[in-house]
Amino acid sequence: MNGIEHIQSAFEAARAEQRAALMPYCTIGYPSRAATLDVLEAVARAGADLIELGVPFSDPLADGPTIQRSTQVALEQGMTVAGCLEITAQLRARGVTQPLMLMGYINPLLAYGLQRFCRDAQAAGADGLIIPDLPPEEAGELVAACREHGLALIYLLSPASPAERIATVVAQTSGFLYLVSLTGVTGARSSLPPELPAFVERVREAAPSLPLAVGFGIATPEHARQVGQLADGVIVGSALVDAIGKAADPVEAAGEFVAGLRKGMEE
Amino acid sequence: MTTSTLPHKFGPYGGQFVPEVLIPAVTELERAYLEARADPAFQRELDHLLATYVGRPTPLTFAGRLTAELGGAQIYLKREDLAHTGAHKINNALGQALLAQRMGKRRIIAETGAGQHGVASATVAALLGMECIVYMGSVDIARQQPNVQRMMLLGAEVRPVESGSRTLKDAVNEAIRDWVTNVRDTYYLLGSALGPHPYPTMVRDFQAVIGREAREQMLTQVGRLPDECIACVGGGSNAIGLFDAFRDDEGVALVGVEAGGDGLHTGRHAARFSDPKLGRPGVLHGAYTYVLQTEDGQVADTHSISAGLDYAAVGPEHALLHDTERAVYTTADDRQALAAFQLLARCEGILPALESSHAVAEAARLAPLLGRDKILLVNLSGRGDKDLDSVLKALKEQA
Repeated sequence: MNGIEHIQSAFEAARAEQRAALMPYCTIGYPSRAATLDVLEAVARAGADLIELGVPFSDPLADGPTIQRSTQVALEQGMTVAGCLEITAQLRARGVTQPLMLMGYINPLLAYGLQRFCRDAQAAGADGLIIPDLPPEEAGELVAACREHGLALIYLLSPASPAERIATVVAQTSGFLYLVSLTGVTGARSSLPPELPAFVERVREAAPSLPLAVGFGIATPEHARQVGQLADGVIVGSALVDAIGKAADPVEAAGEFVAGLRKGMEE
Repeated sequence: MTTSTLPHKFGPYGGQFVPEVLIPAVTELERAYLEARADPAFQRELDHLLATYVGRPTPLTFAGRLTAELGGAQIYLKREDLAHTGAHKINNALGQALLAQRMGKRRIIAETGAGQHGVASATVAALLGMECIVYMGSVDIARQQPNVQRMMLLGAEVRPVESGSRTLKDAVNEAIRDWVTNVRDTYYLLGSALGPHPYPTMVRDFQAVIGREAREQMLTQVGRLPDECIACVGGGSNAIGLFDAFRDDEGVALVGVEAGGDGLHTGRHAARFSDPKLGRPGVLHGAYTYVLQTEDGQVADTHSISAGLDYAAVGPEHALLHDTERAVYTTADDRQALAAFQLLARCEGILPALESSHAVAEAARLAPLLGRDKILLVNLSGRGDKDLDSVLKALKEQA
């Protein structure tokens, strides 16, 4: 099973249970290099259907303060692209079976070498890539490398995307589509954007067979429940990172937070 | 409606490496710019304001005492320091603000390093009755106080940026985050020839007035073209604005001067082209270009005495001019820039901006090596009043 098939099977399994798939995000190397593997394992055991692993970058311009801070902490502790791939492999070695998406900005990947990165990501057990500063027009070389190594390359859509743009992106994504719930950067919000249902509906019409996962601003079990009724996947990042950062025991906090989201989605 | 688009890249450099939410915005911007460029009424309004508000054309000054002091090539100065607000930044700010007005956007955001682009943006926003928010790193706020005060008096809101290295790079990050959030009603008035397409092309076009005027002035005042055109390069807008008119003049060398900071060997500089260990092609702020970065692809911290050159990437057109060797890129370090600042002040009665002092330093290095029949044209991109604190402090430390 390649990455794309692995991702699709996770969405299908959730759908078979008549619920959306839960996809938590964690920055690799946060809150510390020592704790990151235990945190990620706890996330996996607490009910994640897929996991987004953040590869730190010094200038994360699509991210709000919470994830900015977490990537800065990870970098200060010496986290690197190679280190992220190592953590991914160790997570697999611990028996984590969910699809793993590496989420990161393009420059560190270019520095590592796109071919080499895809080869090593596949070997480490990753299933897909999410690159927020790489629209399809700029992705040529990475598309080829992902194809060669069976990795999904997931594109994003925003509520500002007009119909023709949605069609363009839908035609080129693989695995699933990442719907950014709002015009803005990542970060917990107190309520969901009112135009979200209409946005999901517009994309659904253009992509009836692709899983649609919604992220940005989803912070609580109640948000997750509401989004889960609209979309096939629910992505929660900043609120989880925040919970991990604040807790005396980050591993326990990560597990509890993810279990809470999962419970909310099953209500 | 115009349907053709502009080239997105300069050779392999440039492009649109932006979050998906900004794709409609850069597409709309490109379309609006193409339409404005083709509209004689837009050009007329811009030209009218450049003449009656900015004070263009700016003079070409023969630096006679400096030339005599250096004892070699003749040095001419293109006096962008005499443009309204004291730097070339106003040329671009005015052009883009008129475009924003045409697009019906009432809220302007801008980033600034030295504060010159922030002041220019605040100025045109006041002129056209727009809301203006300027992002500025807190390190730069501390070293460019006069410009912060000017922006506030002009009615702009200055938002301090505390993330990362708290300089220009981080101000651009924050401006982009604001743009991503308020994309529907906000115009991002980017201050240099960098960022995603169409900014590098559009900013160059608005700054090309520098080179057009200077070329014409050389021909009428001196009777011939210069042998070398010299400009400092941070993002690179004053340099590309000067170079553009001379790019087809084979006998004219184009020289960009990057910030050597504490010296190339220290790693504390902003020399994207001159330090191959740190400066390699990569992506920052929406464009593929030369970026100072670590082996792991993290953007490196930069240093320069001049806030406007203290930036890790460079405009993508410069990357192509560098690779094709149509332009050469050299460096002046903090000490050389400071010496050039003093030299120009004492020989010509002009206080140059610390950014422009880097170009003066290169001219001062070159002139004695060349014969008296050679001509160097230096873009004096801004005035140095904003830098008095930095200069006096640095001179005290040297003493």
